[in-house]
Amino acid sequence: MNKQEWVAQKECLIDIYVMGKHYQVPDGLTIMTALEYCGYRLIRGCGCRAGFCGACATIYNLKDDPQLRYDLACQKTIEPGMYLVQIPFFPSAKALYNLEELEPTTESLLSLYPSLLTCFGCNTCTKSCPQELEVMWFVSDALRGDIPEVANKSFDCVMCGLCAARCPQGLVPYNIALLCRRLYGRYLAPTSRHLEDRIAEIEAGKFDIELEGLKKMSQDELRRCYAERDIEPAYTGKS
Amino acid sequence: MYPAYMEDSIRKVEASRERRLKETFSRIGDQEKAALLEDFHPDFIKEGMRKLLVGPNRGEPAPNEVAALLEGNSRINPDKINLGKVSHDVDVLVIGCGGAGASAALLAQENGAKTLLVTKLRLGDANTVGAQAGTQAADRPNDSPAIHYLDTMGGGRFDNIPELVEALVKDAPSVIKWLEELGVNWDKSPDGSMHELSGGGASRLRLHSARDYTGLEEMRVLRDEVRNRCIDYLEFSPVIELIMDDKGQVTGAILVNLETNELALVRAGAVIVATGGAGRLHIQGFPTTNHYGATADGLVLAYRVGAELIFMDTMQYHPTGAAYPVQILGQLVTEKVRTLGAQLVNAEGDQFIMPLEPRDVVASANIRECRSMKGTTTPTGEVGVWLDSPMIDLLRGEGTIARELPAMVRQFSRYNIDITKEPMLVYPTLHYQNGGIKIDPSGATSVRGLFAAGECTGGVHGRNRLIGNSTLDIFVFGRRAGKAAAQHARYVKPGTPTLNHVRRWQAGLKEAGIAKERPATPLLLPDYTRKPEDYLAGQARSKLGSDQINSA
Repeated sequence: MNKQEWVAQKECLIDIYVMGKHYQVPDGLTIMTALEYCGYRLIRGCGCRAGFCGACATIYNLKDDPQLRYDLACQKTIEPGMYLVQIPFFPSAKALYNLEELEPTTESLLSLYPSLLTCFGCNTCTKSCPQELEVMWFVSDALRGDIPEVANKSFDCVMCGLCAARCPQGLVPYNIALLCRRLYGRYLAPTSRHLEDRIAEIEAGKFDIELEGLKKMSQDELRRCYAERDIEPAYTGKS
Repeated sequence: MYPAYMEDSIRKVEASRERRLKETFSRIGDQEKAALLEDFHPDFIKEGMRKLLVGPNRGEPAPNEVAALLEGNSRINPDKINLGKVSHDVDVLVIGCGGAGASAALLAQENGAKTLLVTKLRLGDANTVGAQAGTQAADRPNDSPAIHYLDTMGGGRFDNIPELVEALVKDAPSVIKWLEELGVNWDKSPDGSMHELSGGGASRLRLHSARDYTGLEEMRVLRDEVRNRCIDYLEFSPVIELIMDDKGQVTGAILVNLETNELALVRAGAVIVATGGAGRLHIQGFPTTNHYGATADGLVLAYRVGAELIFMDTMQYHPTGAAYPVQILGQLVTEKVRTLGAQLVNAEGDQFIMPLEPRDVVASANIRECRSMKGTTTPTGEVGVWLDSPMIDLLRGEGTIARELPAMVRQFSRYNIDITKEPMLVYPTLHYQNGGIKIDPSGATSVRGLFAAGECTGGVHGRNRLIGNSTLDIFVFGRRAGKAAAQHARYVKPGTPTLNHVRRWQAGLKEAGIAKERPATPLLLPDYTRKPEDYLAGQARSKLGSDQINSA
């Protein structure tokens, strides 16, 4: 197939439904751009438009298939017969806490999110995650107090909230995971000696004279120093 | 999945991989670099710029799309606003809630200020979340703030403001620690040493990353902390005009509720603009990596009260935006892909630039390659060069791509492209506003009571920002502005509030003869809805019924 044929094949309109109303839109749009093509100027439900911010979490189903499906509107390509909606804001619980007063333990998690205990393992959260994270599994890690594992499994969470919206027990897995990651970063990750040393050196003024000198340099002098600076190789062996 | 007709070129990339693994492409010299930029970088296209006709930077060049907004009409009629009817009375008002705004709000509150955070979309909807590769800080033993300084100046074409760069590099390590104490998870070795990577224009391994979700990780934590500290915030409430007093100080702002169009007045001892960038203006028709709200609002607000701008004639085009598939056109393919070892190659499978040159240089080289017919054309007519991602696993071991680039793997796998096996097709995309509101090291602008931080400011990065210096800038100057604004608010003696600056602005536009032809600004949101003319253009679209044409 050459390029022209490929284009010809792709240049067709497909049928979709927005809030039940029928539209024909070009193939290849995302849910978000299809809504805009149909004339919706988005205020809510639109953020980074690149799959990172979680603003556009959405549900849809297909004609003749009532099963609800989940995705990010900015990333999901439309399919024929899709029923699209715009999801309104929905509230979800977030515990307020002072990280400095917490300990990285199961007790901390349970005191802030007691609903953790009520998870009955239906796995709806996992099925609704547009990032395909193992949500139910990190919820069970949280129950066992394995905070590093929650941090690891939940790391790619964009906090779209679909897991909480769908949980029949009212858990907020994405906020529980955020708490775990913060506890991990604050209390459990190994401290970086070289970072501490450098901060102390800067505070002691170790680089002040050198920086003063650089600040006073003419552009020509700076250019020369820049051209002559040694460059550390990008690869330090297989890491 | 790539269309079948691209397979030939992909085979050539695969065939040359063995040879290229051993091939080093040297960095280009000063003169060659200057010539490359002049011939191919969009900043050098004269038709893309014009001189500003009004305001503090009158006579200086700015991209046409930015100039149109800077010279915009006010959205309010000053005679119809009752300045006595104040809805929020605070010490510090922070406009925008990306990394800079959130940091500023936290520090303002810590310094005793009653703080209000207002944002156009949701808390944390900002370019920060899309930042993937990492944050620079010179904290390894063979590195130093001085080397970081030199790299940053060189990247910025030596035009950066020295005092701002000094603040940037000296604060950097303590910013990394501050974020960690708030719970950010940095990539580390088991002994605690930071797992740091190289980046374009950086002479040391200096990028602190959180997989390829660095900005998201930073923002998730800061947003949570803003909530935990119970800082007041209003979402979907952009500022449409600043309020001054009769002494020429900024003392508040007018907000609009995006959904109801209701106005609200804020009285504040100090105002911090942290509104981010301008990618959604699609300068010179480029696609962008920026979030939906990146429409230069803060520049417009600050310019109208007389704040000076700097380097408005330079934008950053990220060398590697996705050119295929169309669903993610222009979206960021993180520089970390090159940092980890992937090379840029043309349709013949040959390298044409050292992949870790500064971004302006690599972007120009990519454009040159495509203009010289050595690129690959997509079904929708985009042209791109290959970013040979599968090399990474060959260089650094099986599984590296999956571990270091989960966001990229996920994004492309949605469209059946496996970046561990196939290269990515890329072309430059509008990424960053290098210039902006001129600030001093405390974040103060040239107008009393007005502070600024982050992408909306200019001077830190000169004419071209380095990788990992923006997610540093936002925290360094966000924190500084928050602290300075809180101090200012404590001692300021506000005069009588006034909107005379808006009246003078409108008179200035009339005088310049452009009041009628300029849009109402700030822009607030881009408009991607289809217009009647779009409906009628193109064969496929003309099949649509006229009942579906909505008026613009």
